[in-house]
Amino acid sequence: MSPPPGPKPIYGSLPERPPGSFDGELLAFSEDLRSEGLAVGTSEILDAFQALNHIGWGDPTDFKETLAATIAKSPDDRRVFELVFERFFFRAAEAQAVRRNVSELQPGEAAQLDLEGLDLDELRRQIAEALQDGSESDLRDLARLAIAAFGKGEGSGVLGVDVQRIRRALGLRTEPQPELPADDPRRDGLPRDSLRRFEQHLRRELERGLIERTAALPPKRPLTDLDRALPNGPVQDLAAVHRVVAQLKRRLATQGHETRGRKRHAHVDVRATMRASLQTGGVPVDLRFKPQRPRRPEIFVLCDVSTSVTSASTFFLSVLHALHDAFRKLRSFVFIERISEVTEVFERERDFRAAAAAVSRDAGVADISGYTDYGRVWSEFLELIEDELHPRATVIVLGDARTNGRPPREDAFARIAAKAGRTFWLNPEPRLYWNYGDSVISAYEQYCDAFECWRTDQLEEFVKALTKPVAQ
Amino acid sequence: MAETPTSVAEVQAGLRSVGYLPGESTALVSFLATKLGKPVLVEGPAGVGKTELAKALSRYLGRRLVRLQCYEGLDEAKALYEWNYRKQLLRIQTESEGTGWESVQEDIFGEEFLLERPLMTAIASTEPVVLLIDEIDKTDQEFEAMLLELLSDFQISIPELGRIEARTHPVVLLTSNNTRELTEALKRRCLYLWLDYPELEHELEIVRLHSPDLQETVARKLVEIVHQVRELDLKKPPSIAESIDWARAILLLGADDIDPTVFRDTMSVIVKHRTDLDTVAERVGVKLEQQAPAA
Repeated sequence: MSPPPGPKPIYGSLPERPPGSFDGELLAFSEDLRSEGLAVGTSEILDAFQALNHIGWGDPTDFKETLAATIAKSPDDRRVFELVFERFFFRAAEAQAVRRNVSELQPGEAAQLDLEGLDLDELRRQIAEALQDGSESDLRDLARLAIAAFGKGEGSGVLGVDVQRIRRALGLRTEPQPELPADDPRRDGLPRDSLRRFEQHLRRELERGLIERTAALPPKRPLTDLDRALPNGPVQDLAAVHRVVAQLKRRLATQGHETRGRKRHAHVDVRATMRASLQTGGVPVDLRFKPQRPRRPEIFVLCDVSTSVTSASTFFLSVLHALHDAFRKLRSFVFIERISEVTEVFERERDFRAAAAAVSRDAGVADISGYTDYGRVWSEFLELIEDELHPRATVIVLGDARTNGRPPREDAFARIAAKAGRTFWLNPEPRLYWNYGDSVISAYEQYCDAFECWRTDQLEEFVKALTKPVAQ
Repeated sequence: MAETPTSVAEVQAGLRSVGYLPGESTALVSFLATKLGKPVLVEGPAGVGKTELAKALSRYLGRRLVRLQCYEGLDEAKALYEWNYRKQLLRIQTESEGTGWESVQEDIFGEEFLLERPLMTAIASTEPVVLLIDEIDKTDQEFEAMLLELLSDFQISIPELGRIEARTHPVVLLTSNNTRELTEALKRRCLYLWLDYPELEHELEIVRLHSPDLQETVARKLVEIVHQVRELDLKKPPSIAESIDWARAILLLGADDIDPTVFRDTMSVIVKHRTDLDTVAERVGVKLEQQAPAA
C-alpha cells in the first residue's frame, strides 16, 4: 500500500521508507541514541530485537522497558535514553501522520470547541488540582484546553516562550501564594515535577498543533546543552548536586582498587608471601603484594563568583567540600576583584542553598565594578599563600578567564604554577568560546592544564583525575 | 519441578506467590533473562531487594541457588576452582619410593583433588541452577575479564583435566551497589535492571506482606515517615529491609500509633549513623510533634 501523494514538499526531508519496516525504525532510533553520546553496540541492538520477539508490543511501557534493559546500561544512560525515546517516537508518529494526512481534529471541528462558556478561573483551579493528583491523560486534555483558551492568536512561533506565557497566564507557580483563597489548590505551591510534566504536555500539544498546521517537521532539538549542563541556578536542581556528590563519594572511596596495569609496579610483600606459603608447604605459590594507598592531595581552590560563573562555582565548591575526606588539606577561596577565604563557610554549612547564600552575602570580594580582575587576584593570592605552596600541593582555578580588559598578569600566575605541584584550570564555558572576546585563557593555559567543565560528567572526570592513586 | 514461564504476567504472579513483590520492570527483565539466556545486571542502592530477587527467582523457578559473594581480592582460586594442594602434597609424601611419575601424576590431578568453587558448581551441575554473583563492584577488572569468558560460553578449561562444559543453562544474576563503574564488556553481555526505592503504595504492600498483623493506619504512617526520611540528605538513607525491620519492631512494642516517643525510641532501626540520627530527630521529630496535637 503506497502512501497518498504529499500536498507540498516537507521541510527536513523525511526519508521514504516502506510502511511496515519496523526494523528500520529501531535502527534509526539507535542512530539517534549514538548521536547523543550513548554507546550502543551492534550486539545490543541484536539483543533488543531478540528480546522484542518475546514481548508483546501492545503495551508501550513493556516495549520501552525491553529496549531500556538491552540498551541503557546505567542510570545516566537511562536518563538520556528516556529523553531520546520520547523525542524519537513522538517525531516518528507525527511524521507518519503527516505522510498519511491524518489529523487530530477534522477541519470543521476546531471551531466547535466551545470556549465562550469556559470559566478561566475554573480552568485554572482544575489544572491545579490535576497537578496535585491527576493522571497523564487528564493533564493532556487540560493542556489542550489551556492552549485553546490562551494559545490562540499571539503565538510567537518559539515553543518555549509560548509554554511559559501560557503557564504565567494560568498562574501556576511552585512557591506558595498565600493571597489566594483558602480552598484554591495553588495556595501551597505546586510540586515541581508535576509542573514540569504539565509543561511537557503543553509543549507537546503545541508542537503537534504546529506540525498539523504547517505539515512539516521542525528540526530536532539537541539534548546536550539543556539536559546535561551543570545547574545554572543555585536553587535549581538540588537533586543534581546530591546525585553527583553521592556518586563521586562512592567512587573516590574505592579509587584504590582501580589499579589495572599498575600491578606490574607493585612491590611484593615478602612477609605476607612467606606466611601464605605455609599453606603450601613452604613453597611460595601465592605472591602477596603491598597494598597501594591512593594519593591524598592538598588542594587550594580559587573560584570566580562574578555573576556569570557563580552557580558553577558554588556547585563545584560544594562537591569538593563534600569530598573533603579524600584530601589531606583543602582551602577554598572565592574572588571577583579581591580574594576571600571561604573554607569555614563550607565546613559549617552542609546545605547547598545556605552555602550559596553565605558566600554571596559576606564574601566581600567585589570592589567597585563587580567585574573580575584576575591580575590582582593572582598577586593577592601569592602574598597570602606563597609560603604554603609546595610541590605536593594542587591549585585549582574555576573561572572563565574573562578579565574585562584588565592586565592578565600571567607572570604572577606562572609563579603560582611553578611553586605548586600541579595546577588546573576549570572553565565553565564550552571550549568553543575560549579566547573569544575578553577571555584570555590562552595566556594562562601555558602554565596549567585547562579543562572545560560545564557538564556533570566532565566534573566527574576531573575529580577522578585529581585523586588518581600513585604508587608509593 | 523447574518452571519455565511463558509470559511476563506469569513471572510476576510467580514472584508474588513466593513472597517477593516485583516492580514493573523487574518481572519483565527476569522473564527476558529466562527466555534469552542472558545474565542480568541488577544495580541499585543498598537494601532494595537485589539479593532477595535472586532468592525469590530460585524459589519460583524451582532451581538451586548458587551464591558467590564477591570481595576485594577475590580471584580465580576462590571463585572458580582450586587444586587441593595440601592433599596433593600429602599424597606425594605417602607414595612409596620407586613409584613412577606417570601413576602419581594421574592420581594427583584427578577429580578428588579438585575443590569446586561456586562458579564451577554452577557450571558442572546436572540440574539447572540460579547463579548469584553478589556485589561484583567490589572485585577488580581482572576478575571481570575472567567472568566474561564464563558468561559468554559457560565453559571452564582446566589445563590438567580438560574442558568442562555446562550441561544446563543457569540463570545468572549479578548485583552491584554502583560504587564503581563496571567494564563496558561486562555490561554489554548483560540485561540491565535498576532497582530503586519503591513508591509509597508499593512499599506499603511490601511492609504489609512481611508484617500482616500491623494495623493499616500504622503501616501507612510508617511508610510515609520513611519516605520523608529518605528525602533528607543522609549518609545512609533507610532501605526497604530497614522499613520491614521497623514494622516488626513496632509490632513487637505493641504500639498503635507512631507518636514522637515511639519514634525516638525506635529511630535507630532505620537510621544508622550518629549524624543522621541528629538530623532525623530534628526534622522528622518536629513534624511528628506538630501533627500529634491535631490527632
